[in-house]
Amino acid sequence: MSLETVNTVHATSLQQETIVPPADARPVPFRGGGFRVRKFRLISPIVFIVLIGLWELGSQTGFISSIALPAPSEAFSAFQDLVRTGMLWTHLSASLYRLSVGWIFGSALGVAVGLMIGLFSLSRAGLLPIVSALFPIPKIALLPLFIVWFGIGEGSKVATILFGTFFPTVIATYGGVDNVDRNLIRMGQSFGLSWLSIVRKIIIPGALPAILSGFRISASIAIVLLVAAEMIGAQHGIGAYILMAGALFATDQLIAGVAMLSVLGLTVGWLIGKAEQYFLDWRT
Amino acid sequence: MDIVVDNLSHHYGQTEVLDGINFELKGGEIVCIIGPSGCGKSTLLRFIGGLEQPSAGRVLIAGAPPADSLNPLTYIFQDFALLPWRTVEGNVSLVLEDHGIKGAKADAVIDDVLRRTKLSDFRKALPRQLSGGMKQRVAIARALSVNPAVMLMDEPLSALDSQTRELLLDDLIELWTRERFSACYVTHNLAEAVRLGHKIIVLSRRPGRIRQIVRIDMPLEERVDRLAELEETQRHLWNLMRDEARAADMELSDVA
Repeated sequence: MSLETVNTVHATSLQQETIVPPADARPVPFRGGGFRVRKFRLISPIVFIVLIGLWELGSQTGFISSIALPAPSEAFSAFQDLVRTGMLWTHLSASLYRLSVGWIFGSALGVAVGLMIGLFSLSRAGLLPIVSALFPIPKIALLPLFIVWFGIGEGSKVATILFGTFFPTVIATYGGVDNVDRNLIRMGQSFGLSWLSIVRKIIIPGALPAILSGFRISASIAIVLLVAAEMIGAQHGIGAYILMAGALFATDQLIAGVAMLSVLGLTVGWLIGKAEQYFLDWRT
Repeated sequence: MDIVVDNLSHHYGQTEVLDGINFELKGGEIVCIIGPSGCGKSTLLRFIGGLEQPSAGRVLIAGAPPADSLNPLTYIFQDFALLPWRTVEGNVSLVLEDHGIKGAKADAVIDDVLRRTKLSDFRKALPRQLSGGMKQRVAIARALSVNPAVMLMDEPLSALDSQTRELLLDDLIELWTRERFSACYVTHNLAEAVRLGHKIIVLSRRPGRIRQIVRIDMPLEERVDRLAELEETQRHLWNLMRDEARAADMELSDVA
C-alpha cells in the first residue's frame, strides 16, 4: 500500500491524505437521475394556447368543418352574447345555488353519518349495509322519484346533488376515522382525555385529510349531477343552457356551456386545494 | 405511591401471553422489564397503565399519588405518539386542557417542562420539523407536565439511532437524579436496562414468566463511569436470554 492510513491504536492525525490516482482511473459512470417529477410552470398554459390556436386555425382554414366543431372564436362570441344579454348571471346563479345547497347539505350529512359509522359499532352494523347498497345506484335514475317526492322545482334538483354527494362523503369520512393512528387514541386514553376530547382533538383532525379528498371527489360528482338534474324541467342553469343549445344544434353555445362547466370544476378544485393547504399544513 | 403486580396472567383466545407475574414497583425506583420479542412486555405495561385488562390477577396501587399529580400513571411511547397537527406547545397543552388548565396557567407549566427537557427554543415547531430524539423529548415534556407518579415507558429509545439513544439516555439519567421519578421501563436493549434499572425483571419467552429479578445497587449517576462492572451484569442477563431469544426468533407469530 502506497497510501498512508491512520493507525487507530496509536493515532497519528493526518490532515488530509494525498492521493495520486493511477493513470487508468476513470470516473464512475453516472446511472442515476430520471424518474422524478419536475415542475414546468409555463408548459400547461402553453399547451392550452397551442391546442386552442390549432383548433382555431383548423376552423378558419376549413380543415375542421364548422358543423362538426365550431371554432373557439364562435364559442367565445356565444359566451359574449350571454354576458351582453345578462343571461350569464341568471344561468350561473341558478346553477351555483343548486350546487352549493346540495353539496353543503350532502357533505355535512355525509360527514355526520360517516363519523357515526366510524365511532359507533352499532351504527356501523346498521348503516354501513344501507350505504353500500345505495351508493352504486346512479342518482340520475332516481330523478323521476325525486320529482314526485320533492316537486319539479328546485327540490328535486338539490336532492339529486345532495344524495349524490352524501354517499362518497360517508365512505371517505368513515375510512378516514378508521385510519387514524390507534396509538394516538391510546395516548389520549392514557392521559385520561375525555371521549369528546379524543374525538374532537385526535379523531376528527386525523380523519381530515381523507374527508377533504372525499370533498374533491364529491364536488366533481356534484357538477356532473347538476347538469343531469337541470336537463329535466329547468328554465335556467348551465345544464339547461347546454340542453337547449344541443336541441337547437347551436354547437357554439354548447361548447361555451361546456367550457363554463370546466372552469367551474377547476375553480372548485382550486378552492379545495387552498383548503387543504390551510388545514393540512402540518403534513410533510 | 407503589405499584404491585399480583399474580397476573393473560391469554388472547388460546394463546397464553403472560403467566403468574408478581413484582413490586417502589416509589422513586426504575424497574426495567426485558425479554425476547413477543414475550408480552408491552402487554404487561398496558395492564399496569390500565389500558387493557388481564384475564387473571390484578395490578394494585398502594398509597395515594402526590396531590398535584394530574395523571399518576403516564405513558411514554416508542413511536412518540405526538399529534402531527399540533405544535410542541400544542402537544403539551393537549393533556392539560382536559384538566381545565388553560391560558397563563398552562403557559407556565409548558414553559417549565420545555425548559426541563431543553426544548424552550422549539415551542412553535411542528413534529415533522423535529428529529426523532427531539420528538421523544417532547413526549417526555408532555409526560412531565401532568406530574406523573409513575412513568410507563414502552421502549422509548428503540425508534432512535444509537447516538441519539445515548444522548437521551444521559438526559433520562440526569432527569432521574433531579426528580427521582419512578418508572417501569420496557426494553429489549440490555445496555439500557443496566444503565437505568434499579431492578431488572427478565421475562421468558411466551407465555411470559419471570425468569429472574436482578437488582443493581450501583447509583444511577455513577454507572456511566463504571461500565466495565455493568458489562458483567449485562453478560449475565444475555446468558439468561440467549436461548429464549433464539427460539423466539424462530417462532411463527400469530398474535400481535
